[in-house]
Amino acid sequence: MCDERGPANLTGVNMRWIWIDSFVEFVPGIRASAIKNITLAEEHLHDHFPHYRVMPPTLVIEGMAQTAGILVGEARGFKENVILAKIKRAEFSDYGLPGDQLRYEALVESINENAAMTSGRVLRRGEEIAHVDLIFSHVNQSTRSSEMPDHNFVFTGMFMDLLSQFRQHAKSESTTTHAK
Amino acid sequence: MTTSRDEVFSKIRDVLTDALGVDEDEVQAAATLQGDLGAESIDFLDIVFRLEKEFSIKIPKGELFPDDILNNADFVDGDRMTPQGLETLKKAMPHADFTDFEAAPLVSKMPDLFTVNTIITYVENKLAAA
Repeated sequence: MCDERGPANLTGVNMRWIWIDSFVEFVPGIRASAIKNITLAEEHLHDHFPHYRVMPPTLVIEGMAQTAGILVGEARGFKENVILAKIKRAEFSDYGLPGDQLRYEALVESINENAAMTSGRVLRRGEEIAHVDLIFSHVNQSTRSSEMPDHNFVFTGMFMDLLSQFRQHAKSESTTTHAK
Repeated sequence: MTTSRDEVFSKIRDVLTDALGVDEDEVQAAATLQGDLGAESIDFLDIVFRLEKEFSIKIPKGELFPDDILNNADFVDGDRMTPQGLETLKKAMPHADFTDFEAAPLVSKMPDLFTVNTIITYVENKLAAA
């Protein structure tokens, strides 16, 4: 149902549903930061809106959910699927425009066997343009509903690649620094 | 320093207005979380996290809101709880008022046990035991 391209939907069709470009900080169980470069190559911007192209705030929330979701999943060893359960708070003071780089900063506020709560800021050129707090539910074999697949359908392909790329990069930087 | 029931209630009112998006005056002690305040299952996770933070307490899974009692076939008979199920529920929820529920322990009425008062008493018990 899934391959290296990313998560699969329930009908087995692979889709690229990835709204962060890379991690720039990852402190397991505590915080993570990811960046998203907004570009006019993204088709959806041309419809949102035809003469005023802005990144839809719903997709900014999704970017935060992916940043925080991977942070939460990693904290429990990716044993469970981590599902966005509730948007506790989402406040925006500005839009992201083509050419902008957004930085998603997610912080684990609480985490237990059932769920996790995160707080998050979205920054553009160092200035906060949104605050997004989320609640995630952990779904495992015993708590999943019958409609859900019995394998881990969240942390596949591209999501895992993001984290491993960050770790490889951090490792090579560390090696370079030591070599100097 | 002990916290009075009024102080506990005041903080719980803030928790519930934030978590459920209801007005302060809707959060009366006798209000039921689902029936009166419109809470959904996901909101219970939110409420538990906020209570833990607000009162610096740890709330183990199922302690405030028992969630597996109805899954036990011995505890449910048709649309009612069995006497064994009712006893188990009462032991699991010493913080709830069973006066009305005991008279007719219908499964459909179980959510009415989750009132603002239930949370106040639970938090008071936790703080007293701390």
